[in-house]
Amino acid sequence: MPFKSTVGDYQTVATLETFGFLPPMTQDEIYDQIAYIIAQGWTPLVEHVHPSRSMSTYWSYWKLPFFGEKDLGVIVSELEACHRAYPDHHVRLVGYDAYTQSQGSCFVVFEGR
Amino acid sequence: MSKKYDAGVKEYRDTYWTPDYVPLDTDLLACFKVTGQEGVPKEEVAAAVAAESSTGTWSTVWSELLTDLDFYKGRCYRIEDVPGDKESFYAFIAYPLDLFEEGSITNVLTSLVGNVFGFKALRHLRLEDIRFPLAFIKTCMGPPNGIAVERDRMNKYGRPLLGCTIKPKLGLSGKNYGRVVYECLRGGLDFTKDDENINSQPFQRWQNRFEFVAEAVKLAEQETGEKKGHYLNCTAATPEEMYERAEFAKELGQPIIMHDYITGGFTANTGLAKWCRRNGMLLHIHRAMHAVIDRHPKHGIHFRVLAKCLRLSGGDQLHTGTVVGKLEGDRQTTLGFIDQLRESFVPEDRGRGNFFDQDWGSMPGVFAVASGGIHVWHMPALVAIFGDDSVLQFGGGTHGHPWGSAAGAAANRVALEACVKARNAGREIEKESRDILMEAAKHSPELAIALETWKEIKFEFDTVDKLDVQ
Repeated sequence: MPFKSTVGDYQTVATLETFGFLPPMTQDEIYDQIAYIIAQGWTPLVEHVHPSRSMSTYWSYWKLPFFGEKDLGVIVSELEACHRAYPDHHVRLVGYDAYTQSQGSCFVVFEGR
Repeated sequence: MSKKYDAGVKEYRDTYWTPDYVPLDTDLLACFKVTGQEGVPKEEVAAAVAAESSTGTWSTVWSELLTDLDFYKGRCYRIEDVPGDKESFYAFIAYPLDLFEEGSITNVLTSLVGNVFGFKALRHLRLEDIRFPLAFIKTCMGPPNGIAVERDRMNKYGRPLLGCTIKPKLGLSGKNYGRVVYECLRGGLDFTKDDENINSQPFQRWQNRFEFVAEAVKLAEQETGEKKGHYLNCTAATPEEMYERAEFAKELGQPIIMHDYITGGFTANTGLAKWCRRNGMLLHIHRAMHAVIDRHPKHGIHFRVLAKCLRLSGGDQLHTGTVVGKLEGDRQTTLGFIDQLRESFVPEDRGRGNFFDQDWGSMPGVFAVASGGIHVWHMPALVAIFGDDSVLQFGGGTHGHPWGSAAGAAANRVALEACVKARNAGREIEKESRDILMEAAKHSPELAIALETWKEIKFEFDTVDKLDVQ
């Protein structure tokens, strides 16, 4: 009888931190995450970077943080506008928390190549 | 007004039981659970605890009159019944600020839990809580970095961090050990950890371990594109060796080191924390020996006190138990001391075991570390209990995966991210835990196998130390 192993080979994957191990989100799933950021009272912020520089601390801001923005639709259109302007860049959405000076949420929405 | 020297033995309560006293904001307040010997009045036992943990001794002494003892003495200002317990009571004691050296947790504990615990008039004594006055807190450095700085250094946002202890905990050579670190990190963990038992044994000297681990961390970062770290245990026989190990970890460009703060001691811990602040290193804190001190419901020191002491002594991550895993820990109590690690103000809440309002001022926060007998099925509960400012560590739950540590790591990472995503989308992750995990497993064979492997494992024993609430 031929030998058949049940052990799989785990291949290392390059990922972009939070949610990097989940499949790409659908549009509705992205809306849910934006709604969460807004509901927490955090400031939505869009950042982008060329994939060759993805590990650097500072990604480029898209415009400025959207201080006080509560409209989900505005954030979606800014994400898309950033992606259109830099189609080869990673684009991520941050929920910036001014109280802790940290990011309550941060994940890549469009992956560049 | 000058007093007369009157040699002999006075009852403690004449001097140290002061029910009319209103504590000052600068007083250090303590709540003890006292179980006295039969027949001794509560006020006398409580006053004895106040006396023996501050200025008193068994006999009147002439030299007391050389100072103003009323200024320095600890006072028992309140006695309360323990709900559901007839033999014990709570004694609340106020200590003046000047009894303690600035910035010295060692000094505070030497006074509060020193000789008094062996006092014959007591059968048991337990330090339940300390209210540190802000005036004392401002003299302590506290965590070298704190939660926000650690997130910035490690580039981890919007989720709990994920780690695991390297197993087997003893016996691997440096090179084999580094291999296991590499497997875990390439599989998606943020951190791996030296087991607390690993210091510098004959089978694996510390320098050798540090070098192989550093290579593993670097390689995993290059291949995954994510920030990684390994808690290099610097706990050693002497402070000199501890600092030597810390210096070498820094030289190798490592982000984080580790210390065992109870076996190592508060003086060593505070010193290492200050070194970390000066050298830009994160500090992970293990708590070996804590259960010897904190598990008995009537004797010892409650872990919430040890947790508060660690935040003051300094550390960026502290083990807190898991609630759901193999180690002791009731949910409300655990939530109570996690607040003490992370929040800037914690209100009195007996339902969580917090006996005082505690103002932490500008003291940075400490990540709560959940570790011990947890696996993927626990993930939804862990995310719900511990929230984002935590490190979830799966040892057996990583290395025990049928495909090995890398696949085990990936399974945990997928499960964690699925839970965070579901929580953010408004789902009740504890109630819907099964659905969330099964959905996530559809696109992760590693998770599907992990769910199958650990489906029957539970640790359902009753908690030994419960909150005294009815």
